[in-house]
Amino acid sequence: MIDVLIVGGGGAGLRAAIAVAEADPELSVAVVSKVYPMRSHTVSAEGGAAGVIAAGDSLDEHCYDTVSGGDWLCDQDAVEAFVAEAPRELIQLEHWGCPWSREADGRVAVRPFGGMKRERTWYAADKTGFHLLHTLFQTTMKYGEIRRYDEWYVTKLIVDDGRVHGVVAVEIRTGHIETIAARTVILATGGCGRVFPFTTNAAIKTGDGMALAYRAGAPLKDMEFIQYHPTGLPFTGILITEAARAEGGWLINKDGYRYLQDYDLGKPTEKPKLRSMELGPRDRLSQAFVHEQRRGRTVETPYGPVVYLDLRHLGERKIDARIPFVRELCRSYQNLDPATDLIPVRPVVHYVMGGVHTDLDGATPIAGLYAAGETACVSINGANRLGSNSLPEILVFGRRAGTAAAAFAQAHRQAEPPAVHAQGEDERRRLERAREGNHGGDRIADLRERMQHTLEGAAGIYRTGAELAKAVDTLAELRERADGARMDDTSATFNTELINLQELHTMLDVAQTIAACALNRRESRGAHQRTDYEARDDREFLAHSLVYRAPDGAPSVGLLPVTITRWPPGERVYGRD
Amino acid sequence: MTEPDAVSGVDGAAKQAGRGANEEGEGTIRRVTEPDAVSGVDGAAKQAGRGANEEGEGTIRRVTEAKHHEVRQTTTRTITLEVTRYRPGQDSAPVLESFDVPLMDDWAVLDGLNYIKDQLDGTLSFRWSCRMGICGSCGMNVNGEPRLTCGTFFTEFGDGPIRIEPLKGFPIIRDLVVEVDDFLDKLRHVKPWLIREGEELPLTTEHAQTPAQLEAYKQYSMCINCMLCYSACPVYVLDPDFLGPAAIALAQRYELDSRDMGDRFDMLNLDEAVWGCTFVGECTKVCPKHVDPAEAIQRYKVTAAMRSILPWSRR
Ligand SMILES: Cc1cc2nc3c(=O)[nH]c(=O)nc-3n(C[C@H](O)[C@H](O)[C@H](O)COP(=O)(O)OP(=O)(O)OC[C@H]3O[C@@H](n4cnc5c(N)ncnc54)[C@H](O)[C@@H]3O)c2cc1C
Ligand code: SF4
Ligand code: FES
Repeated sequence: MIDVLIVGGGGAGLRAAIAVAEADPELSVAVVSKVYPMRSHTVSAEGGAAGVIAAGDSLDEHCYDTVSGGDWLCDQDAVEAFVAEAPRELIQLEHWGCPWSREADGRVAVRPFGGMKRERTWYAADKTGFHLLHTLFQTTMKYGEIRRYDEWYVTKLIVDDGRVHGVVAVEIRTGHIETIAARTVILATGGCGRVFPFTTNAAIKTGDGMALAYRAGAPLKDMEFIQYHPTGLPFTGILITEAARAEGGWLINKDGYRYLQDYDLGKPTEKPKLRSMELGPRDRLSQAFVHEQRRGRTVETPYGPVVYLDLRHLGERKIDARIPFVRELCRSYQNLDPATDLIPVRPVVHYVMGGVHTDLDGATPIAGLYAAGETACVSINGANRLGSNSLPEILVFGRRAGTAAAAFAQAHRQAEPPAVHAQGEDERRRLERAREGNHGGDRIADLRERMQHTLEGAAGIYRTGAELAKAVDTLAELRERADGARMDDTSATFNTELINLQELHTMLDVAQTIAACALNRRESRGAHQRTDYEARDDREFLAHSLVYRAPDGAPSVGLLPVTITRWPPGERVYGRD
Repeated sequence: MTEPDAVSGVDGAAKQAGRGANEEGEGTIRRVTEPDAVSGVDGAAKQAGRGANEEGEGTIRRVTEAKHHEVRQTTTRTITLEVTRYRPGQDSAPVLESFDVPLMDDWAVLDGLNYIKDQLDGTLSFRWSCRMGICGSCGMNVNGEPRLTCGTFFTEFGDGPIRIEPLKGFPIIRDLVVEVDDFLDKLRHVKPWLIREGEELPLTTEHAQTPAQLEAYKQYSMCINCMLCYSACPVYVLDPDFLGPAAIALAQRYELDSRDMGDRFDMLNLDEAVWGCTFVGECTKVCPKHVDPAEAIQRYKVTAAMRSILPWSRR
């Protein structure tokens, strides 16, 4: 029996694994991942990781930026813990070899970022996530006790009597289905951007961990809060990092006008100004785009309306030094050079603030089950995450979850109950049946597309109750149809269609919770904007949405108060001094 | 499960399948009507196969009945993708199957493969994730060259056809998926972590590292583990024990890091390591991230030679 089984080999999962190994080398720890760990989505993160280190900065200011950025839906005790531990984690990464960009004297350099009042974002050029993930992955190789299950796909959590006992997983390469018994399980499966049609997220971001927890009876929290990043490339959805604006890039409309000045985000200045204009928070910038479009000031392209990101005035040298990956991506994927051309961009689904409900140690209401990283919702992001807060989040809470799970495994040594075997066998039969194939039914891709467009239509940047109610019904119908989806691949070896089908199911579960939570929240806050309820309503909704799976499979939404410690709800002010 | 020394899940015969490929000799591209030579992997893959190839040999299967669904841009133009299919237990050897997909100006080869999987044949297996050239999973042989399929565009190939095969030099698991565990074992072998001695700094202080010191190893830290260099390396193809370009580049990444106190001489100063390299330079040519592994190897040869002459000169 494994002491700590971690589902996910991204930043959160690997950080947790090291924390377990360091807590007690006698504990057995395993990382199960559907892709090789260094392929995990963390690898795509570009801009940087926030942590207070610069002279003149303070923990309180980072807290305030985060809380106001999150439109007061953050749990402030979680934010305080996060902000206090982030610098330590980033230094830990430095000690493990992360190639952070440096000042001339050898100190770690920091850059400005959206919604942050000070320069506090650490970066490794604009491949921060890539370096962070490879550093972590290579460092895990030092710990012989960390056992890896590479390219294994977890399909089920085994829970009995309110306690987790392991998982069922498929070895993708061989099709072998195994029940892996474990004293504790940490979900570190990342986000769910792929429930939308146009996203910066990699193919693997299908919300598996959220669905696994939800099906096992744990609640998800704040699922209606979906972050649109203002600058995605129009066809692929590839992200142009906020660092491009932090280094001085401008957003302009079809007339070459820096339109953000019309949306209460401050006045244009030559040099970037913190918490102002292009360095406002992402929710406000993405909303401004929609208004520009309505005013007819965007540019039509085959892939929808766009505005432009202008980096030309930064010059080739600065671009190459600070944001070389932006140039590389534009050249390879958009066939243009940002040193001389405007970059067409439009808002793109980027991050989910919600996730599995946990406490400050990553513990869920199911004993022995933890969650960390984008799949979890400790509630530091509230209604809108600030850019560069999630890389430190996966480190801080990955470590906390690892440490807590290790302690739980040490304290609870009992053997597995018989239910483990029975549940494992049921799941095996279900998967084997799926693998027998099914030649009728809808194509997986067609159902996936319908789900994505349903969600985009109803739960995009602006939402209405009527559309959301319709979406809830459509998604329920799609869920039923997914049970009879067509499956042509009956092979045991590397059957990716079987995995895609499981992912369709997890995405549909997650999509339903997004629509249900959005419908229930009759106010506008951060990334959740209801045109039928335009104001923030602190009397009714200064509270988290908590969604459970009802016995009939439908989502059931309740509310949980927000924890306020030191920053009472106020107005979000950007660009006004 | 992958433990450092675990035997891979693929059977021995399939392993030979991959290796057998290279006995065909380098650069052999035979006509598709001769599936025996297709993708150059089949010789031994046959040994791996357990079932009959229903389609019979010598044919390219054509799948054209496209349900042109939600194509993002109206087009009547199509391009043919010739794709390796191989299912152990079902196919006795890899064969090529050809599919017509919409010829879109901004599609990458990976978009074409996804079109096949979504609309034409759900059984096609291949790896991908980030579609932005950073996760390293989508490497395949495209018209005979190892490429990242997410960053290789249709526009490069005129009217086609485009041939898409698994990366050469590795055992095929299925279709376009190859086995790369060998690399991870090699990577671990070179101790790809910062080796330190003595007391660690507290977690309130970073090590100083100037931009110039960072620059000294930065390039070698850019490796995305995509395996294109191994696929292109004539030495690795003949001698699977060769440590290979990326693992050596990553060893250099730590050797040249001002914070590292380790010494990887014993792992690198070997015939299966830097001295195995005959400096063909193919690895550097195919590397999509400009890591220049060939240079990393040559530089370590110099370091190792110095060490042999002056044994006390460490680094
Ligand atoms: C393009 C892009 C740029 C970004 N840039 C920044 C930035 O500059 N700064 C910042 O702070 N944040 C950034 N973010 C956000 C940040 O990168 C992510 O939130 C974070 O990396 C998530 O890490 P994670 O460890 O939670 O999950 P991931 O890295 O997504 O890892 C998930 C892991 O779970 C595994 N997994 C999932 N499901 C299963 C299953 N069913 N069975 C087995 N394994 C499974 C996967 O294989 C993977 O290993 C960016 C995000 C994107 C999309
Ligand atoms: S050195 Fe280059 S080609 Fe080789 S694995 Fe690394 S990135 Fe790929
Ligand atoms: S899909 Fe990630 S590198 Fe191509």
